Amino acid sequence: MHMKTKKIIALVLTLALSLSMLFGLAACKNGGNEPTDAANPGQKKLADTITVQVGPNPETIDPALNSAIDGANLLITLYETLLIIDQDNTVQPGQAESWEVSPDGLTWTFKMRDGLKWSDGTDLNAKDFEYSFKRVCDVKLAAPYAETVCSMIEGYNDAIGNPDEEGKPTTTPDLDKLNVKASEDGKTLTIKLAYPCSYFDKLVAFATLSPVQKATVEKNGDAWATKPETYVCNGPYMIEEWVPGERIVCKKNPYYKGGWDSTKIVTEHIKFLLIEDSSAALAAYQNGTALMIKDVPTDEIDTLKEGGEFYAEPILGTYYLSFNLNDKTFADKNVRKALSLALDRKYIAETVMHGTYSAAYDYVGPGVIDAEGYFEENTKKLNGDYFISEDYEANLAEAKKALAEAGYPNGEGFPAITYSTNEAGYHKPLAEYIQNAYKELGITVKINIVEWSSFTPMRRAGEFQMARNGWVMDYNDASNMLELFVSTNGNNDGKYNNKDFDAAIEKSKTADKKVHFEALHEAEKILMDDYGIVPVAYYNDFWLQSKKLQGSYHSVYGYWYFQYAYAYAD
Amino acid sequence: MGKYIVKRVALGILSIFIVATLTFFLMNLVPGGPFVAEKSISQAAQEALAAKYGLDKPLFQRYLTYMGDLLKGDMGVSLRQRGRTVSDIIFSKLPVSMRLAGVAVAVALIVGIPLGCLSAYNRGKFADNFIIVLATCGIAIPSFITSVFLLYVFGSKLHIFPTVGLNTLSSYIMPVTALAIYPAAYITRLMRSSLLDVMGQDYIRTARAKGLGNFVILFKHALRNAILPVITYVGPMLAGLMTGSFVVEKIFTIPGLGREFVSSITNRDYTMIMGTTILLAAFIITANVIVDILYKIIDPRIKLK
Repeated sequence: MHMKTKKIIALVLTLALSLSMLFGLAACKNGGNEPTDAANPGQKKLADTITVQVGPNPETIDPALNSAIDGANLLITLYETLLIIDQDNTVQPGQAESWEVSPDGLTWTFKMRDGLKWSDGTDLNAKDFEYSFKRVCDVKLAAPYAETVCSMIEGYNDAIGNPDEEGKPTTTPDLDKLNVKASEDGKTLTIKLAYPCSYFDKLVAFATLSPVQKATVEKNGDAWATKPETYVCNGPYMIEEWVPGERIVCKKNPYYKGGWDSTKIVTEHIKFLLIEDSSAALAAYQNGTALMIKDVPTDEIDTLKEGGEFYAEPILGTYYLSFNLNDKTFADKNVRKALSLALDRKYIAETVMHGTYSAAYDYVGPGVIDAEGYFEENTKKLNGDYFISEDYEANLAEAKKALAEAGYPNGEGFPAITYSTNEAGYHKPLAEYIQNAYKELGITVKINIVEWSSFTPMRRAGEFQMARNGWVMDYNDASNMLELFVSTNGNNDGKYNNKDFDAAIEKSKTADKKVHFEALHEAEKILMDDYGIVPVAYYNDFWLQSKKLQGSYHSVYGYWYFQYAYAYAD
Repeated sequence: MGKYIVKRVALGILSIFIVATLTFFLMNLVPGGPFVAEKSISQAAQEALAAKYGLDKPLFQRYLTYMGDLLKGDMGVSLRQRGRTVSDIIFSKLPVSMRLAGVAVAVALIVGIPLGCLSAYNRGKFADNFIIVLATCGIAIPSFITSVFLLYVFGSKLHIFPTVGLNTLSSYIMPVTALAIYPAAYITRLMRSSLLDVMGQDYIRTARAKGLGNFVILFKHALRNAILPVITYVGPMLAGLMTGSFVVEKIFTIPGLGREFVSSITNRDYTMIMGTTILLAAFIITANVIVDILYKIIDPRIKLK
């Protein structure tokens, strides 16, 4: 290399370095001091628009078709169901002003509020709900949550054509058989259940069962929910503009009437930025475009925690590992026990997952309610402690003992196992942790990273040995988490099969809340004593929120409620 | 030339047909399906969805139906974004990507050609070396790095440019920069080497012998020939950029088409995969035909057969 060229390269590098340092300094200077709210408290004016980010572009915001949490976060602001769930997680009247349940728990009667309106100003009554419930059950619509929210309603099987095991209807589907009836005057809605469902009030509050306007839906087909002009809703806000992939702007619905306090709905517009990339979301937050972002870059969490604007709250969900129980490797309970106890859950939650999850020592986690108090607290009382001890060292010793009892002292002779997962979030770091943790037992783990679209079908088809799994609850009742392991359940990926467990779940289907919850506790104990799955961590939601944004709140379902949100204008 | 164009268009249609056919069968070979979710949809609902979109029919029959519809200009409905047709999605998002690409290509040409000339003109001198270092960096640094860097410095920290969408003039600056750096650097290098090559040819020596100045030789005689490789490159590049960039659109939350290319595949949204692939193929083929015609205009010696 010529001397001259060398000199030039050196010069260029120096220049580049100095430039980047300059940028760096500027960045530090600006990043440290966020402007504080200097508004005069005497003359505070409300901001017209609140800008937030709760997820990327929703695939659909048709309430019946949505199955994603991102979509649900919009639906709860745009619609109001018969009943709603308030900030304290209790069920409150929504579009229905009151409701009654017959003593046998089978007949639910909802009395509608007077003067209910759609966002286009036309009248809304119980008949609209009858239509909407039946629409959800329409096989041709294929609503993903139809079974979850409607299968306990009398006539559901006839409505979907009594499908055989392969899903083929054996009779002509007849939606009129679904026992949901509006009175002639549209004042009351009566629903008859096929079997008692003590949490039906929570299902009725689920966004899937939001009312949709028959005339609009029939006129525009599936496309009704893609344009603001045809998107008729009934919640505190309505859609003003939707640029797919960029933003959804909602405005206050002037015709809103329902369970939320109208006097507290004060902000004219809520703008949802449909940002997909978490660094982009952070940039929008840091430059003041968004007052709240849900997608926080996980690498930045440790730094952001110090800023005082980082929040983490539990949601109702459990991250667990499935064993393929048809694989004879896991046939011995002691093997499953060893594999479960060898994990340091505290380390996983706090270090591997940066504190964005909490350690799970049971399957049904915190925040899930019981007949009285909370399910997990009662589990602890019933068992004396959690199912899995918090003492990792003791657990590991016990794991080694269990493995020896299964005939594999120090893992000798135990075949290498494959752990399958997709790559998003902390799935891969966890896989690597598991690989290391099982080395302690003398067990070799091969990690199999599978693309998302192939992962769930593969897991469902049982083409795995151990796999990552998880469930976020749809309604606050432990049955939603436990029913997954009924031998016939479509989400029972590991094919867990225990007759006592199935019987306990069957027993829980009663209107008597005490019996219901006792049976669920029994079911959880059977599952945990069997080491049928490996609970690892409980889900948390974590987000950044400016102190300027007030009145909004986060629920254990993973929703952000913005109907009362406000901020003062700068 | 008319005959040539007709022939090229016919060949183009054949190519699109082959691309469409291959894509159709390949995407159906990949495991997974469009209706996958963490929570299983009941078997009955899955059957109903498959029936609704005709996915329950044998593969070859589906292929015939799709191609038949395609001939009529119907690309079907998206399997994932329910209620939206493929052409709705493409034609609402394509203009955004095209706008961005147009500006980026213009910037790349405006920056790349002069820099390339300057570099060749000052061959071996400081300016040449400096430009080459810059161009090498521009080619070596992938756009996601540039995007994130710009986002971090000018969006998060300095608050100079908006980071979401393409709603104001200033919001173009970061995405255009991120998109234009690579082509600008590439054009610079292409221009430089091609110009140096041309400068060594006999006719340039003749011009020099006539006593013409360096500047006139460069811009009047050499540039015309030297620009041909740049045009060859710009055609497909433009086609690629116009159909959107996944990374840049994602980072700057631009509602363009680029994201649909990737998400349609990860979502197994079959009709969207077909729509975006056919569109890209059509763009590239058209761009190549245009490039060939431009060749002929710039260099009359080239015969189009």
